[in-house]
Amino acid sequence: MDKPESLLPLPPATFHILIALADEDRHGYAIIQDVAARTNGELKLSAGTLYRSIPRMLDQGLILETSTRPAPELDDERRRYYRITPFGVAVARAEARRHAQLLKMARVRGLAPEKA
Amino acid sequence: MRLYRALLHFYPVSFRAEYGDEMEAVFRARRRDATNPPAVFLLWIEAFFEIVFNAVAVHWDILRQDLRYTARTLARSPGFAVTAILVVALGIGANTAAFSVTDFVLIRNLPFPEPDRLVKIWQTESGYDQMEFSPLNYRDVKRMSKSFEAMGAYTPDAVNLVGQGDPQRIDSVAVTSEVIPVLGTQPLLGRVFTSLDEREGAPGTVLLSYQLWQAQFGGDPGVLGRKVILDDRPYVVIGVMPSHFNFPSAGVGLWVPKQFKAQEFQDRDDNYLDVVGRLKPAVSLKQAEAEMDVTMQQLKREYPGENKNTGGTVISLRDELSDKSRLMLWALLGASACVLLIACANLANLLLTRSLGRQKELAVRAALGAGRERLVRQSMTESMVLAALGGALGIFVAIGAVPLLAKLVPNELPIASTPAVDFRVLIFAGLLTVVTGVVFGVLPAFRASGKGDMNALREGARSGGGRKERLRAALVIAEVTVSVVLLISSGLLIRALWKLQGTDPGFHAGGVLTVQTALPMPKYQRTARRVEFYDRVLTEVRALPGVSSASYSTSLPMVWGGGIWPVDINGQVVERTASHTVSMRYITPDYFATLQIPLLLGRGVSESDAADGQFVAVVSQSFVRRYWPDQNPLGHHFQMAFHDRMVVGVVGDVRVRGLEGEPSEPQAYFSYRQVVDGNLVYYAPQDLAVRSSATPGSLVPAIRRIIQSADREQPISNVRTMEQIVELKTASRTVQVRVLGAFAGIAFLLAAIGIHGLLSFAVSQRNREIGVRMALGAASGDILRMVLGQGAWVAMAGVAPGLVLAYVAARLMQALLAGVQPGDLATFFSAAGLCLVMTLVGSFLPALRAVRIDPMTAIRTE
Repeated sequence: MDKPESLLPLPPATFHILIALADEDRHGYAIIQDVAARTNGELKLSAGTLYRSIPRMLDQGLILETSTRPAPELDDERRRYYRITPFGVAVARAEARRHAQLLKMARVRGLAPEKA
Repeated sequence: MRLYRALLHFYPVSFRAEYGDEMEAVFRARRRDATNPPAVFLLWIEAFFEIVFNAVAVHWDILRQDLRYTARTLARSPGFAVTAILVVALGIGANTAAFSVTDFVLIRNLPFPEPDRLVKIWQTESGYDQMEFSPLNYRDVKRMSKSFEAMGAYTPDAVNLVGQGDPQRIDSVAVTSEVIPVLGTQPLLGRVFTSLDEREGAPGTVLLSYQLWQAQFGGDPGVLGRKVILDDRPYVVIGVMPSHFNFPSAGVGLWVPKQFKAQEFQDRDDNYLDVVGRLKPAVSLKQAEAEMDVTMQQLKREYPGENKNTGGTVISLRDELSDKSRLMLWALLGASACVLLIACANLANLLLTRSLGRQKELAVRAALGAGRERLVRQSMTESMVLAALGGALGIFVAIGAVPLLAKLVPNELPIASTPAVDFRVLIFAGLLTVVTGVVFGVLPAFRASGKGDMNALREGARSGGGRKERLRAALVIAEVTVSVVLLISSGLLIRALWKLQGTDPGFHAGGVLTVQTALPMPKYQRTARRVEFYDRVLTEVRALPGVSSASYSTSLPMVWGGGIWPVDINGQVVERTASHTVSMRYITPDYFATLQIPLLLGRGVSESDAADGQFVAVVSQSFVRRYWPDQNPLGHHFQMAFHDRMVVGVVGDVRVRGLEGEPSEPQAYFSYRQVVDGNLVYYAPQDLAVRSSATPGSLVPAIRRIIQSADREQPISNVRTMEQIVELKTASRTVQVRVLGAFAGIAFLLAAIGIHGLLSFAVSQRNREIGVRMALGAASGDILRMVLGQGAWVAMAGVAPGLVLAYVAARLMQALLAGVQPGDLATFFSAAGLCLVMTLVGSFLPALRAVRIDPMTAIRTE
């Protein structure tokens, strides 16, 4: 498998999907809702963008489709659930580090507020 | 939701199958969350745009994936890739080049406004379908015709241009003031001729061609009003024609007004005017033709003597092209279409063979869940890539080939001499290849993804066989058939060329250098002045080292077919039909020695045959056969070109008009001293021929010096050997034979590759069978026979229809065969023999491989 850094910088949608999957497996619509919730509704991932990103992320080994499903009363058989892979975690960490470094540089030049 | 599902069709099928349901579920959830109508509306707008945008992106992603995959697979089998690309490039390139030339000459509109209404008008005489008009007949026809908006006459000439660097000989045309307006082309600079310019004695005016303007006047926009000296007369430049104006044919440098002199309207049998007209908008060619018939009938009644056998004909300017040139181009086009067909068949075969080899891979991918659409799409991408690469290379092939084929552009039409590559054709040929590629590349993928092909996955399964095998064999058979047709066609044309080249021209061309020094009138109007020039030049040239003889003549054989006059024997009525005309030339005494035309009886012309003595003639054998069969012709008299002439000698016949077709008219030769002052000066000798043992090129500087010292302003032109002149007569044939030969060679090679591929694959597929046979005691000879037999069967199946089709093709182009029979056995046998050799060569390696199969290994690996 490639080094995590080789995939950087990540497209914003990809990064958001990884963040959404970081704590639990989610299905497509849950990912969209999570992104919207975390960004206070500013970023509404569209189904098209999501499902264009997913095959590529599967291909790159960032996520996988999981067969573990929730209890039947909570499930809809049409849903597919995705889980972040260890490689996906590593790539998300690397991307986060990259963002942190950028932020630090911006701070030094007074382009971003000091830490709260 | 139905609308949303419909929108999802923008996505590839595989994508839709994978994510469609879920996307629909997501959309449904969002639709539920949207409470008020504006929100619902916005949601739909957003959904529409994001689906369209993302679908394009997904398609692009897949294309990129497929391209990467294609690059990898092609790199893994470079032999296949290179062969396929070359096959496509040859097919597309050859076809584009051939069609570009054919379209340019035969199909495309001439570069004039409303070209359909432009016609050429000819006089006819029995034996001559197209004869120039005499000024008298032209004037009458012009006055009487009602079908034409306008009509003009012209006569091609050449003039000496002095005062612009070295004196030069330039092709020119004298046109009446109607000609250029009839054609409808506007000048680039200045104006065209008016009736004032063509009055007798009007100051000389000249129109320059774009090419001459660029070459001799540096494209100077201030050229209008400049004085130039043409044949010792001053002319004023009044205009420049645009670069696409090539009238009557490419290479004309300038146009001058035709100023008729009173004496030109005296002889109704003096024909030298080409006539071009523009039909009135409502008049058809047929109507004009009918009217011309009526007009000529009337002129026949009015002048029963001169116009006894005269008629008229009107043809479209577009058709001003010999049947032979036309046929030659169609043959070329047919051959190139054959090459394209073979290329497509070969590509199809390559793709099919490859798909057979990849059946297992495709089955594995289908089993792993790749949908039919993905497999088909992948194959399609691969075919497209091959077609695109081949097509790109084909462009270079076409660009390289068009200038070679341009030699086939006849010089009879008002078009440029070199066509441009026709990109419409390129696109057509490219599309054909893509379709071939797609059909034969995609079919196997369809089958692989279909049901029941899991057989391919079974251990030891054999691929191939059955329908596909037969399809491949059929393709190879078609290739063999087409290549046999091409082989025989080009073989017949080669035989025709050999036959023509073996034709005795009646003179010996080897070792003769020719130079043209056209003496300008009126400077050399007087015969004595010309004689002085000839004598001085000839004396000095004869003194050059290695020169054995030198002479001047009106024109050399095969350079000019003119000088055709009716002959009147002892007061018989002059009838100008082909059976009564003779071609004439004025010559200096050494002419027969220089060209080694055999003197059969009597003597040649001599220096003593002067203007004040009896006018003499040396005639050719066929002249004697026609008028005095079984008699001694010496001392007989005949009347020709205004004078009584006495036969003093007989020489062999010469092919004046070239090597093709019937022998030329009988010939009569007159003494150069007996050109009457101011009369027939058009026939004054201008071609110098020098026989020497030196290399021709080494003589040129010395000859140039001699002519310059005789007349400082006299240009020399058309420096070439007599051999080149003879070769030029078969040049377009030679080009055609080479092109067709190349096409046949390519086709032949492709067919051989086809047979080789077919058998190699068959052998590799029958590995186990052959192994078992050998284990059971089959001898190498049996195996060899089996494989070669299969090859021979394919070859025979292709050769048999090929022979029939070749005969049909040969009948169609019989006019090009110069008397070689369309069913020429030697050619047919050679072609069949070549195919046999091809089959043997193509089958040899596969057969050898079959014989070398180790039975134990073959059985074990299965």
